[in-house]
Amino acid sequence: MKVVGQSVQRLEDEPLVTGRGRFVGNLSFPGELHMRVVRSSHAHADLIAVDAAQALALPGVAAVWTFADVSEVPPIEFRPTRVQGLEPYRQTVLANQCVRYVGEPLAAVFAESSYVAEDAAELVAVDASPLPARLDARASDIEPTVLRKEYGDVGEAFRKADQVITLELSIGRHSGVPLECRGAIARQDPETQVLELYGATKRPHPNRDVIARMLRLDPARVQLFEGHIGGGFGVRGELYPEDFLVCLAALRLGRPVKWLEDRRENLLACNQSREQFHRISAAIDSAGRILGLQDEFFHDQGAYVRTHGARVADLTAGMLPSVYRVPAFRAVAHYRLTNKTPAATYRAPGRFEATFVIERVMDAIAQRLKIDRAEVRRRNLIAKSELPFTRPFQVLDTDLVLDSGDYAGLLEKAQHAFGWDALERELAGRRTSGECVGMGLALFLEKSGLGPTDLAKIGLLENGDVEVVTGAASLGQGVETVIAQICADALGVDYKRIVVVHGRTDRIHKGFGSHASRTTVMTGNAACKAAQTLRARILEWAEGQFDLPQEVLDIRNGELVRTDVDARPLATLRELAGRAKFEAEGEFFSDHMTYPYGAHLAVVAVDRDTGGVRVLRYLVAYDIGRAVNPMLVEGQILGGVAQGIGGALYEEFLYDETGQPLSVTFADYLIPTAKEVPQVEVLITEDAPSPLNPLGLKGAGEAGINAVGAAIASAIDDALGQKIFVTRLPVTPVQIKRALI
Amino acid sequence: MTRLALTVNGERHVIDVEARHTLADALRERCGKTGTNLGCEHGVCGACTVLVDGEPARACLLFAVQLEGKSIRTVEGLAQDGRLHELQRAFMEHHALQCGYCTPGFLMLAAWFIERYPQADDEQIRELVASNLCRCTGYQNIVRAIRAAADRRR
Ligand code: FES
Ligand code: FES
Repeated sequence: MKVVGQSVQRLEDEPLVTGRGRFVGNLSFPGELHMRVVRSSHAHADLIAVDAAQALALPGVAAVWTFADVSEVPPIEFRPTRVQGLEPYRQTVLANQCVRYVGEPLAAVFAESSYVAEDAAELVAVDASPLPARLDARASDIEPTVLRKEYGDVGEAFRKADQVITLELSIGRHSGVPLECRGAIARQDPETQVLELYGATKRPHPNRDVIARMLRLDPARVQLFEGHIGGGFGVRGELYPEDFLVCLAALRLGRPVKWLEDRRENLLACNQSREQFHRISAAIDSAGRILGLQDEFFHDQGAYVRTHGARVADLTAGMLPSVYRVPAFRAVAHYRLTNKTPAATYRAPGRFEATFVIERVMDAIAQRLKIDRAEVRRRNLIAKSELPFTRPFQVLDTDLVLDSGDYAGLLEKAQHAFGWDALERELAGRRTSGECVGMGLALFLEKSGLGPTDLAKIGLLENGDVEVVTGAASLGQGVETVIAQICADALGVDYKRIVVVHGRTDRIHKGFGSHASRTTVMTGNAACKAAQTLRARILEWAEGQFDLPQEVLDIRNGELVRTDVDARPLATLRELAGRAKFEAEGEFFSDHMTYPYGAHLAVVAVDRDTGGVRVLRYLVAYDIGRAVNPMLVEGQILGGVAQGIGGALYEEFLYDETGQPLSVTFADYLIPTAKEVPQVEVLITEDAPSPLNPLGLKGAGEAGINAVGAAIASAIDDALGQKIFVTRLPVTPVQIKRALI
Repeated sequence: MTRLALTVNGERHVIDVEARHTLADALRERCGKTGTNLGCEHGVCGACTVLVDGEPARACLLFAVQLEGKSIRTVEGLAQDGRLHELQRAFMEHHALQCGYCTPGFLMLAAWFIERYPQADDEQIRELVASNLCRCTGYQNIVRAIRAAADRRR
């Protein structure tokens, strides 16, 4: 029986439920030092002096560094991009002369214990002269770049329009906030002189290359190791100042150096995301069809350009037309700096934002023309027959070609599963009797399977198990299980006998890691090819050994069998492993992303007394092309919805008027608990396998979060009976109370 | 430094701590019990939940010196004689963990709960699960797993 498509139990779980997780904080090396970072308490200030004398005098302190100690390290690189103008705004690993956000590293203390390191950090005296802080991207005078995406005759569309709808919409600053804070341990192997970095994840190989380049080391002498990771969501596994500091300190001080951030630091210094201000206009005809769209937006990048460069703004602009036809389009993205924590990607980067914007436009059209919300969308959807559909611009430097889909079909299935029509009547009745309830709908486009390539190496181990070495990373999504399932089918062995290696630069020479919902697609197809080749090699070898034609040979349940005589076993894989070495490689290339899609439907209740919003029902319908493990796909979606509810209703990094962050504990930065997250219904469809890879796969990671802001906004409008009430996320009780008075 | 004896999963650990060392740090750094994770160190997330004399407690909010003479149970003590606790099995069967960072905290909380309230309904289980944070699962499968383990116990 095929295991791809089955909801089998994960291979990852046992160490994690028994307390044997290898999270970076659980590792230690003899003689290790502990690093503590001294951070700016000013949003913007000239650094006059940093005096470490008192800290250095504390027993147990090995060193204290300021910019002067690391001045030869260049500012942190961002990914190669065609976007110009970003270089001058990169961050140095310690602040030089000026600090630009609260939390910016300005000194590093190395001590015998984490407690002493923290004591010493308090003793570092910082003399700084405050400067005015830029806090609003719309008013900021620092604009490293402006991105434009455009096609069709937008001017003509607006001249011909029956009506024009304009909305001002904004998304609050929030982020991934994994439950495990960041951490890293660096050490130099005394024998090989290789620099090892533990706690690495997401993009071990590209990160290794950047570290080597920036610290002027031979990449062959730098190795990254993953272990377990307590959630990624875009923010974990990017390179931050602290990663370079621990590496440099391990080399210079000749001892292992460990750094674990605390939650306050995490909320101050780890990448934030999402903050944008949009002004969007839609030219529509009398039937509510969009003739042209024009969006100008301000992207709040915070204080520095980080490793993603301008990707979030690029994705926002590129994904904005979503699943709709939109004959003419122009987006202008102002990428601006402010004195806040630097921003980068958070799960569904650019899509959470873009979907909110475009779906608000759809709702506005429906309200203006008094047409049903689903009907307006249907009128604008790209038809199944129009696919593959090319948008005449690029996202992430790849052509945007919607590969396969049946958007209207999915919308219908979703509405049916939710009981939309009956619910509409029921809720109308409840509103008449005084309840404040409503339902919402949002469609979304995802992207997944970002190239350019991935490699997998596979081999038979002595005990008969199969080892697959990948360049992927594991952030909790179940990569070991999924890759094992794919290889199990391709080879003919139990998936539990497949050991998947990931996150180790010493085991495979290249890899592009796990992000952008790429792993199942890219690594999965590479591993599949490798497994097919391995199988072919085994059968070829067996042909000679057993003097039988290949047609009657097969591998089933981990045994070599002959199929002409009642599947008689010839040898176990373990026996084969004893007789010869069996290895293979597979590589998969892709220059196009694949585009899954779906719908979110929600019912909410608004409490008139408190202004609080409760999500009563939630459904995600998602076409994944082909699900390797439906249980894990569903898990991805459930987790994404919870995070989306956070971004729609609770989570926000707030700053006061001087740039002091106000959301620095879990009492201020509100992550939804089981009380705020409802039971979520998930409908996974496989109507549109991707034509871009042999397995037909599309990614699953970001479907759950993508349209939550949009769907909840739509439902709140419906509950309040107000036209486009929600123009800003998160929707707070204060906002709602104001509207109800 | 103070010398004190902690009883962890039935084993006695004699350790030296400063008055300011938290129970979580003492367990992780002095007793070698790294299964108890830290998510916030300010008492909100519950990742550090352990049982103290049978009751759930946040190990980040206790000082090790407060625990002399008390019996502490951590995730490492859940499985007995090489056999996984029913909650551990249920969490695996119901995909109640992704990254697994929050898992030890939820397991300890639930271990106390299903013993104390074997008859709890879904609403009460959800209420319990709301004590801790998980950033990956959306909680639904955690609720299901605890339900399943409680049912098995009945
Ligand atoms: S670490 Fe103890 S409650 Fe969060
Ligand atoms: S499984 Fe990752 S935080 Fe709960």
